[in-house]
Amino acid sequence: MPDAGPPALELKGITKKFGSVVANDRVDFDVVAGEVHALLGENGAGKSTLMSVLYGLYKPDDGEILVDGRPVEISSPAAAIGVGIGMVHQHFMLVRVMTVAENIVLGQEPSRWGRLDLKAARSRVRELSDRYGLAVDPDARIEDITVGAEQRVEILKALYRNARILVLDEPTAVLTAQEVRELTRVLNRLKRDGTAIVFISHKLGEVLEVADRITVLRRGKRVDTVPRAGATELSLARLVVGRDVMLAARKSPSKPAGPLLEVHDLHVRDERQLEKVSGLSLTVRAGEIVAIAGVDGNGQQELVDAITGLRAPQSGAVVIDGEDIAGRGVRAATAAGVAHIAEDRHLRGVVLPFTLAENLALRQYRSPQYSGHGWLRRGYMKERAEQLLSEFDVRGGGPDSYAAALSGGNQQKIAVAREIASNPKVLVAHQPTRGLDVGAIEFVHGRLIEERDKGRAVLLVSLEYEEVKALADRILVIYEGKIVGEFPPDASEEQLGMAMTGGQVTQSEAAAS
Amino acid sequence: MSLLEDELEGHPLAGEEESDEPALRSPARLTAFRRGFGGFLVPVLTTLIAFLAGGLIVLATGHNPLSTYTSIFDGTGLNWLFPWVSGADRATAAGNLQQTLIQATPLILVGLAVAFAFRAGMFNIGGQGQYTVGGIVAVWIGSSFAGMPPVLHVTFAIVAAGLAGAGWAGIAGVVKATTGANEVISTIMLNWIAIWLGVYCFQLGGPLQNPKMPSTPVSSNVVPGAKLPVFWGSAALQGLDVGIFISLALAIVFAVLIKRTRFGYEARTVGFNPEAARYGGINVGRTWIRVMLVCGAFAGVAASLDILGWKFSLFTNDIQASQVGFYGIAVALLGRNTAGGTVAAGVLFGALLTGTSDRNINLSIDPTLVQYLTFMLEGIIILLVSTDVITLRLLKGGRRIGVTLKRRPAKETGTSEGGAS
Repeated sequence: MPDAGPPALELKGITKKFGSVVANDRVDFDVVAGEVHALLGENGAGKSTLMSVLYGLYKPDDGEILVDGRPVEISSPAAAIGVGIGMVHQHFMLVRVMTVAENIVLGQEPSRWGRLDLKAARSRVRELSDRYGLAVDPDARIEDITVGAEQRVEILKALYRNARILVLDEPTAVLTAQEVRELTRVLNRLKRDGTAIVFISHKLGEVLEVADRITVLRRGKRVDTVPRAGATELSLARLVVGRDVMLAARKSPSKPAGPLLEVHDLHVRDERQLEKVSGLSLTVRAGEIVAIAGVDGNGQQELVDAITGLRAPQSGAVVIDGEDIAGRGVRAATAAGVAHIAEDRHLRGVVLPFTLAENLALRQYRSPQYSGHGWLRRGYMKERAEQLLSEFDVRGGGPDSYAAALSGGNQQKIAVAREIASNPKVLVAHQPTRGLDVGAIEFVHGRLIEERDKGRAVLLVSLEYEEVKALADRILVIYEGKIVGEFPPDASEEQLGMAMTGGQVTQSEAAAS
Repeated sequence: MSLLEDELEGHPLAGEEESDEPALRSPARLTAFRRGFGGFLVPVLTTLIAFLAGGLIVLATGHNPLSTYTSIFDGTGLNWLFPWVSGADRATAAGNLQQTLIQATPLILVGLAVAFAFRAGMFNIGGQGQYTVGGIVAVWIGSSFAGMPPVLHVTFAIVAAGLAGAGWAGIAGVVKATTGANEVISTIMLNWIAIWLGVYCFQLGGPLQNPKMPSTPVSSNVVPGAKLPVFWGSAALQGLDVGIFISLALAIVFAVLIKRTRFGYEARTVGFNPEAARYGGINVGRTWIRVMLVCGAFAGVAASLDILGWKFSLFTNDIQASQVGFYGIAVALLGRNTAGGTVAAGVLFGALLTGTSDRNINLSIDPTLVQYLTFMLEGIIILLVSTDVITLRLLKGGRRIGVTLKRRPAKETGTSEGGAS
């Protein structure tokens, strides 16, 4: 339990400006040993800026930082580590070809006679991982371990450097539900051991689960700090957005018509020639949202790639409104009426150094409106971009602004706007709200339902139970490349979870892992 | 010209940034800044720093940097632009400026050959080889077909040289698209093959050696009808030929191609993010091949303008000693891979080469020192351009822009920014 001494870490009146934008406006924040203090806010609310100040990446314009009640000057990450601050970034910073132990000791290698003492490194890693229940194999290479394990390595890296204040930046963004539960257990152990934990998130549910106190940031200002007791998702959402929000999208029952997307006995291999989709069949009708639920890596990516033309299947059919497009490439799929909200907007969804107008043309640039006889119609591109930006309420730039200058939520709106604007028959939405904040999720969900009601067939592939539940008219569970069950939208998380793990998970196994 | 300027000045700064993810903030700003005002200022600043550093070196060797630079400047002929230079000085200046622009003509084109590849995310180090095969074909056609109508003959030679360069570069494109072989390696290898191909053609007893000069390893001379007309100065004194206009016209073609055509859009998409290009329905491999074809054509035409404009023949040792293709890399880098920038950088390098060649050196200056100075300036410019973070940092008063650049998402694969090597 928190003691009565000075907080392990205290930020007082931190102000950080970027030009005319005030990213942090006199923010106060503190965390005591043995507690988890969550920092909650939308993308762009100033959470990451505050933590960058704390970690010595930015120099604040005003305010001071105290560790154990003593003012400290943090001018670099090394200085932050020196005063006991450990940071686990959202995007991991590990050397992929090195082993777990090598990564953990990197920069502070134990040595004997001037030579790297890997044995000492390994045993120190084991000792730490046993103590906090952070299961990792010290000799495994980073490229061979799961994302969840990579995160454990990052945490161990901080602990190895004697961090007493641990900052986790959006730690659950990349984890599966199972891995989130594991992380929660680890955090509880760290708490008992007296570590002060700062937990940055924009997800209301998980904040309520792990945090002892919650500080909400909005537009760079601290709105409030509340104890977990008494807080609800709705009360937090109101603080985050500054108005009442609809947490669950309101939708009428679906009125499905004829099938627009039919997949028959599809077999797809991944880059390593492993069969990831094995004989999968499904149908999505006009006017319904069908959700594919499953644990990550059960063939979702390959299924989506095959439907959208990015990957040629080994065999099977992908029929769009009567036309088989399997293996005929992206252009054929697009022409047949497939739109694709891609999972990773930075990998595919938007081209960051392109302008918004150029981004909005990405999938339709060959159509006669956008180009003719090899020439781009730049006037139309701009005009259309202006329309879409206002229709989809994209903020932070006009047609000539660069996508990189937009916040994540607005970038995703660009990707969503482009796909919906192509007037598709089939809309494939793969993790359409990953990394988005409450307001943006509300918007994207609303749009997907609207498109359903316009008579499009929507295939939603999501790892988020809440999202599947909120949107789906039917839920198909994918496991090892096959559909193993169909559920109505009111199916319980347990029912789905059972099917998603092959129907064999028992209580004891869940507890043991 | 408006297009060129559009390319040169880039775009206004992107709108105020909303994101507070540090991973995005700085590169985004950097990109915006690079393409905005900084896209113009940084190369200029880079050049100034290079000259300053060069001046310090001159000083260290016990010479007067000011008089050295004055002498180089006068050697470039740029003093012709000053109305107060008159009489004999003016005539000399005109001759020098003609030389500067003759040098700039191929440099601009080879620079475009490198720049176009950069825009599509590729590094074309093969400018030299593409220039060489272009030269071989140009001199062969230019010295044959005597009696052909001049306009037709010149056009034929230029187009054929362009096609030869395109084919040569296309090999690297095809190999990359089909086997994934890195174009840096394959273009370097093709450079050597081209050079030895040229030596083979014109060596004693070679298939294209001048039959009238059996003991000299040189090509036949370009026939009078295939020579480019000289419009400034005397043809006998190597005045300025119309090649410079072809070079400038192709710079405009470059800008139009990049900004206004579907092909340019595809190339830029592939350059920024090949995965997104695939997602957009672009055939990435085919785009690589096409881009290399265009690059090679620029370099091939560059060689034909040299051959038909003032060289008129090719010696085997010319082929081996030529550095034009490599200067092209520096020109493209300094020109930020834009049409306007490449033209400006091409003229700058043309001026440097002319201004420091021995015949232009004032006798009070050590000519060896001045020539080495060209290499030093080139080196410093390339170093600064490829590490422009340093220049930007100086510009922004030492604020930490470099730090967050390292924060690339770990899982992101295969993305590369054209030009931001």
